[in-house]
Amino acid sequence: MNLNHIRRAALPGIAAVALAASLAACGSSNSSSGGSSSLSGTVAAGGSTAQQTAQQAWYGAFKASNPNVKISYDAVGSGDGRAGFEKGTYSFVGSDSPMDPKADLPAATKQCGGDPIQIPVFISPIDVAFNLPGVKSLNLDANTIASIFAGKITKWNDPAIAKQNSGVKLPSTTITPVHRSDSSGTTDNFTDYLHQAAPSVWTNEHNSDWPLKGGEGQEGTSGVVGDVKDNPGTIAYIDDSGVEKQGLGVAKIKVGSTYVAPSAQGAANGLAASTLAKGGPSTVMTYQINRTTTDPSNYPVFMASNEIACQKYSSSATTDIVKSFLTYIISNQGQQVAAKNAYSAPLPSSVVSAEQKIIAKMG
Amino acid sequence: MSVTTAPTGGISLQGNRLPRFAPYVVVVGAVALGALVTMLLGLSWVAAPVLAVIVVDIALPLWSRLVEGRRAAANRGVTCLVWTALGCTLVPLVWVLAEVVIKGAPGINAHLLTHDGTPYFDPKTLVTTAGGGAFHALVGTLMVTLCAVIISVPVGLMTAVYLVEYARGSWLARGVTLMVDVMTGIPSIVAGLFAVALFTLADPSLRMGIMGSVALSLLMIPTVVRSAEEMMRLVPNDLREAAYALGVPKWRTVLKVVLRTSLGGIITGVMLAVSRVIGETAPLLVAIGSIDETNWNPFSGRMETLPVFIMDNYTQGATTPDGYKWAWSGALLLIAIVMVLNLIARIIGKIFAPKTGR
Amino acid sequence: MSTIEPQTVPEGPPTPSDETPESQPVTGWGDRIFSSAAFGAGLLILLVLAAVFVFLAVQGAPGTHQAASVYGPYATNFWSYAGKLLFGTALAAVLAMLIAVPFALGLALFISHYAPRRLAVPVAYVIDLLAAVPSVVFGLWGGRALTHASLPVQHWLNQHLGWFPLFGGTPSSTGHTVFIAAVVLSIMVIPITTAIAREVFQQTPKLLEEAALGLGATRWEMIKYAVLPHSRSGVVAGAMLGLGRALGETMAVAMVLNGNPLVSIRILTTDSPATIASNIANEYKNEDPHMQSVLIATGLVLFVFTFLVNFAARTIVTRAERRLA
Repeated sequence: MNLNHIRRAALPGIAAVALAASLAACGSSNSSSGGSSSLSGTVAAGGSTAQQTAQQAWYGAFKASNPNVKISYDAVGSGDGRAGFEKGTYSFVGSDSPMDPKADLPAATKQCGGDPIQIPVFISPIDVAFNLPGVKSLNLDANTIASIFAGKITKWNDPAIAKQNSGVKLPSTTITPVHRSDSSGTTDNFTDYLHQAAPSVWTNEHNSDWPLKGGEGQEGTSGVVGDVKDNPGTIAYIDDSGVEKQGLGVAKIKVGSTYVAPSAQGAANGLAASTLAKGGPSTVMTYQINRTTTDPSNYPVFMASNEIACQKYSSSATTDIVKSFLTYIISNQGQQVAAKNAYSAPLPSSVVSAEQKIIAKMG
Repeated sequence: MSVTTAPTGGISLQGNRLPRFAPYVVVVGAVALGALVTMLLGLSWVAAPVLAVIVVDIALPLWSRLVEGRRAAANRGVTCLVWTALGCTLVPLVWVLAEVVIKGAPGINAHLLTHDGTPYFDPKTLVTTAGGGAFHALVGTLMVTLCAVIISVPVGLMTAVYLVEYARGSWLARGVTLMVDVMTGIPSIVAGLFAVALFTLADPSLRMGIMGSVALSLLMIPTVVRSAEEMMRLVPNDLREAAYALGVPKWRTVLKVVLRTSLGGIITGVMLAVSRVIGETAPLLVAIGSIDETNWNPFSGRMETLPVFIMDNYTQGATTPDGYKWAWSGALLLIAIVMVLNLIARIIGKIFAPKTGR
Repeated sequence: MSTIEPQTVPEGPPTPSDETPESQPVTGWGDRIFSSAAFGAGLLILLVLAAVFVFLAVQGAPGTHQAASVYGPYATNFWSYAGKLLFGTALAAVLAMLIAVPFALGLALFISHYAPRRLAVPVAYVIDLLAAVPSVVFGLWGGRALTHASLPVQHWLNQHLGWFPLFGGTPSSTGHTVFIAAVVLSIMVIPITTAIAREVFQQTPKLLEEAALGLGATRWEMIKYAVLPHSRSGVVAGAMLGLGRALGETMAVAMVLNGNPLVSIRILTTDSPATIASNIANEYKNEDPHMQSVLIATGLVLFVFTFLVNFAARTIVTRAERRLA
């Protein structure tokens, strides 16, 4: 009896295998042929989720001229990324916060067998966006923003807001502040801004996890954007890339005595005006971002995400690939690619030239 | 013992009864009333059926109470509630399936099935566009599930063989039976964390397909053991003894008589187990992660799987132009796969079902 | 499987005269390998479960004594962190059971006693279908369709029943609350509890039922006095198994709930207690590398907790089976 039955039972199995085979045959990976680079090999990278879109774009563009190179970027988060770098899993990582000089730097130095490289490559303004029907722009100073997110200002027509926005019709509805529920470089930089610019209201140090209780938490830039879009009365801090084309109101932030709208140029100026931390290896650039500037050409709420790599790897092919990839990232075209796809701000030229010198030491 | 007397005031053979058409009258009346009130008050259309159900659940027992008495009213009341429970449970099922089909079907096309998520770079505009395919997710689901089957079927089958053919009530058999029960209740996320804990002793950032397979097999093994055990116990002892009498060694008897006889049921069990784990998301999310490119190798690097594909597009939906559409299409694909597996399992089960001779 | 014909039984090799006279078969090298493989597989299952415990404990141990900031801002040490998550897990699961059990019992009674014969089988099949829908699909539906549609209901409950602590507070404007998580969970639990309750209802001896009806009982009285007492422990066990599922469910909760490790019973507000499982799924991409061990440790807590619940359910079932036997 059984043979017949087994044959019948085997049929779906055979069909599944055939299906898999045909899927394999027609599955394409969208890669184009051509290019004239001598580079070839595979490099594993990972880290910051904020850099993910930019990394995809850079890789796509880089691959167009280096068809034999494969770079995988795991968006595991900056912390796990740095841990993976120190263990040797990743050849280079994207990290929203710079390496900790005590915890990360020695481990990275040991893994690299020499001083590691750390360069900021990705500047993204952080917008304070809100959903108020009929209101597309508001003027807010740091103290007001901090009070809103700390839950001390709870109504949209609060005198503190009204005073800065004469002529704007403010409703009496409740303000619902929305924050990131996952930990992120965006939260880290936004809380750093609040702490630096409004220390009397915002007493917590910068933190990549939202440090206060209450408020509405949403996962990822996308979760926050979706929440704010759906619900009038909400306000949130969002990467500029997420606010693009969403039709949300965006706050102008008080710098000195004027109110400044978020812009790529303003964020780039902000980085250029910040100082490098003293001490430590010359290849490790650690910016101390100045959020209390009074120069209205600066927009002080931004994130500068870093690339961390070794100067030299055990395989010279890896060294060559990482070197030319990093060179591409900070090149004019690389920054344009990131700006087009991840809405980042191009690096200031003074920063680029300092970074070029560091990359030149590789190999 | 007291002598049972006919309940006073209750149903007697001559007791008043509601007419046979009473429930229909009440239902029609309630629907009309619900619709009317909804329209008059300008409520959402959802209010109409809700009102109708509430009216039926109150009016029919009330009417019955007035005409038939307390006991019959309770009986009718419970009948109403049981039908209401059925209706209320069908609502989410129909809603889920309808939502998935309506929102998912437009996105199902050849591009989705044959392309992966690798972004495409246009050197002229410098813009990269998302690949917009789910091929990498299908590949990942296929490979991860296949590996899970390869791990769990031999282990589960041999365990069942042990329990049925060799154990004879030993301590190990009792322990294994208990532990299989316990394994049935392991939350899937714990299975995923176990795979992570097992593989990341050396390197916390390691992720690869086989880790997901290990997690899934943890969830599959109990189902496989249970169904195989059940099927093998159905094999009549006469068959075994006949084989022994012919001098066949025990292992060949088990292999060629017991397993062969129960093959259909075992395949059904395995298919049902696969259909259960193929939709698991949590263990794959923590153990494999996700990636845009097609990866056929479960021993190196991340893989995309269909459930995680849905999850990713859901969380990225607000900032990705087609995110939600892809999530719904992925959900439709996943449900289709699960249903087809279920169907195949049931058909195989029917074909091989032991003929009861009744 | 009575279709085995004698001739398809494979003929063994001609065996030398046996030393085992009874039905015991020959034992050769093949047998020894096969039986030890079977024994090994059984042993492996025990080892794997032990390994689950050991590896979670080893990798989770560092998670129990991290710096206070790792657990913040809602907790300062691991035990309060895990305790609050456990509260959230229990809250969502218990609420889900409160919703699910009445419906499951109604459905089970429908299939076993109320449905016209032509309807019982398709309805049972449809309920099984509900169990086959993957949890990520429920999450997608819950997050994209149900949550928004339920906002009026949530606000209505808050306005009219707000005096009841469960529904008090300022209602969430987004609807991603414990309330909606419990509803989604209950939908996922109903098929499990229904399947078991239906089975025990159907096992009520026909004689008992007919005796009740013969005494003039109505259908409900027959169920109340014959069916329910007979199947009480089975129903409890079914509910406990459903509870086990609700405690461990991850994706559906993670996708509809914006939770934090906190203790609150106001299920319509934004102060939503997260469940252990949803917290793991949401926090997994954490920037802080210390978090992985913390999450693994909470996973171990969940494992132990569901183990206890399932164990209790099994004990009840076994005791009931023994009593019936």
